[in-house]
Formats: sequence, structure tokens, C-alpha cells
Amino acid sequence: MEVQDLCVTIDSNKILKNVSISFPKNKITCVVGPSGCGKSTLLKCLNRLIDNTLGAKLSGRVMVDGQDLLKARDSELIDLRRRIGLVPQRPCPLPMSIFDNVAYGCRIHGMHRGKSELADVVETYLREVGLWDEVEYRLKEPATRLSGGQQQRLCLARSLAVEPDFILADEATSALDPISSKIVEDLFVKLKEKYSIIMVTHTLRQALRIADYAVFLYLGKVIESGDAKEVFRNPQNELTKNYLSGAFS
Amino acid sequence: MDRNKSKYVTEKVMKVLMLMAVFLVFSFLASIIWTIFVKGIGSISWEMVSKVPGKDWNVSNDGGFLNAIVGSLAVVLPSAILAACVSIPVVFYMNLYLRRGHKLSYAARLAYDILYGIPSIVYGAFAFTVMVIVGMRASVLGGIVVTTLLMIPMMIRSGDEISKSVPDEMVDAAYSLGATKWETLKVVFRQVLPGMVTAALLALGKAIGDAAGVMFTAGFSDSLPSSLSDPTATLPLAIFNWVTMPDPFPDRAYAAALVLTVIVLILSLAGRWVTRRFTKNNL
Repeated sequence: MEVQDLCVTIDSNKILKNVSISFPKNKITCVVGPSGCGKSTLLKCLNRLIDNTLGAKLSGRVMVDGQDLLKARDSELIDLRRRIGLVPQRPCPLPMSIFDNVAYGCRIHGMHRGKSELADVVETYLREVGLWDEVEYRLKEPATRLSGGQQQRLCLARSLAVEPDFILADEATSALDPISSKIVEDLFVKLKEKYSIIMVTHTLRQALRIADYAVFLYLGKVIESGDAKEVFRNPQNELTKNYLSGAFS
Repeated sequence: MDRNKSKYVTEKVMKVLMLMAVFLVFSFLASIIWTIFVKGIGSISWEMVSKVPGKDWNVSNDGGFLNAIVGSLAVVLPSAILAACVSIPVVFYMNLYLRRGHKLSYAARLAYDILYGIPSIVYGAFAFTVMVIVGMRASVLGGIVVTTLLMIPMMIRSGDEISKSVPDEMVDAAYSLGATKWETLKVVFRQVLPGMVTAALLALGKAIGDAAGVMFTAGFSDSLPSSLSDPTATLPLAIFNWVTMPDPFPDRAYAAALVLTVIVLILSLAGRWVTRRFTKNNL
């Protein structure tokens, strides 16, 4: 996935200014930056959820396997969004059972139509996120009965079940307690073998722990990007240095 | 220290004022229900709810007001269904298909706010004028039309408020899985269903007790309606008639008020049961 010259204006406020990033495959890319720098807007452009924001104007390109996401028609968008999973900031299960939450995406895309096949898929992805043992006997229960950390893993399983290539995570651990946060974080590290993960995070320590590639955004511009170790340990730009040293956040 | 004391006094005074307001509301409700039940139970009989008025009921007081019970239900139940059929798509269109802050949803909200504020007698007069123009008699159908118009803004207003409470994350979660707007709507519908049912019941409760709207449009009849084009009695209008007659019938009025209250109570309880039963998965 590659972002080229992306500019986003919302009600004449320039949120993103000529952002260009190439997200490496099967790596964790962490987008860091102070509040209001455009991190979440960038993420919303990557699956076109920005479409739901009134007054948003976009220019530039978001290329996914040679196809420009920003130019995709509604019919193409359905499949493109399926390929780009999202883990939201606050865990948000759909108003249905644990089983149906994971099966929902498969059902709307007509994947795994057989009952037992669908049950296998649900089990596979619940195992993948380490939730199976905890919910095996309560699959028919409402997803809302799960704890915050479990709900977030369920959201991840729900995204994985439609077989995406990318996972977008918008401060996915910020609403969780430290233990749940660690579980989700470890999960991302495990999942990068199969998926390319793009993560927006406010927690620098988290980015230091898990990022392979880092992007530092400031006032809608990419200030520095590259190998995470290089960006975090040996920043070239003064703004990055200040941010990392906690001069602003 | 003095400053803290005055803060403490303010806190206590405000709490007492709020409690008084709560008790005031409770006492209103309790006194209305008490009056209706005590006087209604004293007056009601099986004959009253199972028979239409006798030939000379105003002399011999025989027969009941089954015509008004059936009439009210015949007018209000189809109206509720029709109003829901119009209101639900409007609510979803404003909240899901139009982006937040869109000019059209602003205009629509303004329109239904104005409609909400129009008194039911104006709806009745408007519908009556239209009925005169098209040559339609006061009938069940006329009552249904005006009651539907009355209920639509109530349902849209409550439905709109309920839909605003759906978390954006839920909508985004469905979209991000590749769901279309229609598929997302089905997910959101599960979430708002209990609220929508409550909204419909509140609107129904208001509409079934409204006399002004049906006064010109549904007419009045001592017999049961056999078709949509027959005029029909309704409970609120029957109560109004019995109380305002030169020689009033307060017993009948209280009995009819009791029936009306019980119908609204049954509908509310049924609605709550249905929503609890079908929405165990909601956030």
C-alpha cells in the first residue's frame, strides 16, 4: 500500500499536506505524532471511511495493488474495504452474538456458505486472536458481555475473518487495561507474518516496542519516516527529536 | 469555611428542589391514575365494553361503548404501521445515508420540528378541508390519514434522537468489513429497534388519546364500523361527548377513560417485553 501526495481538506482546514508514505509488506508501521496532526484522518483515507466526513476533500492517490483507492467506485470499494481490516480505538462489537460478530463479514460477502464451514472459520479466527478458549462455550452469548480486552480481540477476529491483506489499527490499545493492551500488542507482532499492519498510536513506548517502520506526522506533514529503529534512535529532523524527547505531545 | 458552608447549603437546596419536582410529577401521575381507576372501576361493567350503545342509551343507559373501543383501535393501529413505514426510512436516510451536518438533513429536521409543534386540531382541520375537496366523508379512513400525519413527526423526532446515539464506531465497523449502506442499516436497526418501538408506542399512546384530530375526520357513530368508509366513534371523542352533553354521563366517561388508560398501559408493557426479548445483544 502506498500513499502518494495525499492532501485532505475538511471545511477549508488543511488536515493532511502532500503526504507520501510507502507501507512495507508484512511489517508493523506505526504512525506517531502529537494530537491533531492528522494520524486518524490518514487512517480513514486508507479505507475511505473519510467518505462519511462532511466537507472532506481529497487529492492524491492511495494505491493498493496498483488500484487507486480514492478513485474506486462504490462497487469496488466493498471488496477493497474487505481487504483492509480495521481495529477501532474503542472496542465496538456489533449488536449480535460472539459467533455472529465473527461470521458477519463472511455472511455479507457470501464467503464460507456452509454452516459447519462457517463454524470452522469462526473457530479458526477466534483461536488466532487467542479468544477461543475463553468463549468456546458461550458463542451464542451477546458480544457485549465480553470484557474490553476480549471485545477488542473479537473486533480483530471479525476483521481477520474476511481475509484482509492489511490491518489498520487506530490507537487500538488506548482504551484497554495494561494486561489486555499487552495481549493485543503481542497479537499484532504475531499477525505481521500474515498481514501488513498500519497502526496509529499515541504511546511512543508501544511504537518503540513493536514498530518495524515508523512515520512521524506533524501538522499534517510527514516529517520523518523510515526504519523504526533509525527514526526513534537516530532522528534526523529537529521536530522528531523534540517529539521523542517529550518536548511536545 | 463560610464559602464551603454556602456551597453545602446550595447543594442541599438544589437537591430538595429537584426532589420536589420529581414528587410533583409522581403526584400528578398518581392522582390521574387514582381518579381514573377509582371512578372508572366503580362505573365499568362487562356490558359497557362488550356492547354497542342501545337504541335509547341516553334515556335508559343501556349498552356500552364497544363502538368507540373498536373505532379507536381501527384508527390507531393501521396509523401506527403506516407512520412507522414512513418514519423509519426518513430516520435512517437522515442518519446513515446523509453525512452528518448535511443541508438536507438540517432542512428535514427543521420540517419535522415544525410539524411536531402543529396542534392536532390543525391537522384535523387540514385533513377535513382536503376531504371536502375530494368529496370524502368522515370515516375510519379519514381518521387513519390524519392520525398517521400526527404520528409521523412524533416517530421521526424520537427515532432521530435514538439513531444519534448509535456509536460511530459501530457504523464504521460495518463499513470497514465491506458492508454496503443497506447492510450497515440492518446492523444499526438491531441497535435502535428497542428505542424505535418505544418511540412508536409513545406516539401511539398520544394518538389514541387525541380527540381533536379525529373530531372532523372520523366522525361518530353508535354502531361498529364495517368498512374503511364508515364513520366511527373513538374513545377520546366519546369521553368528550359524554362530559360536554347538556345532561352529562360521567360514569360512561370514566369507564371509557379507564379502558383508554388500560389500552395504553398494555401497549407500553407489551412494547417493553418485545424489545427486551429481541435486543439482548445490544450495546
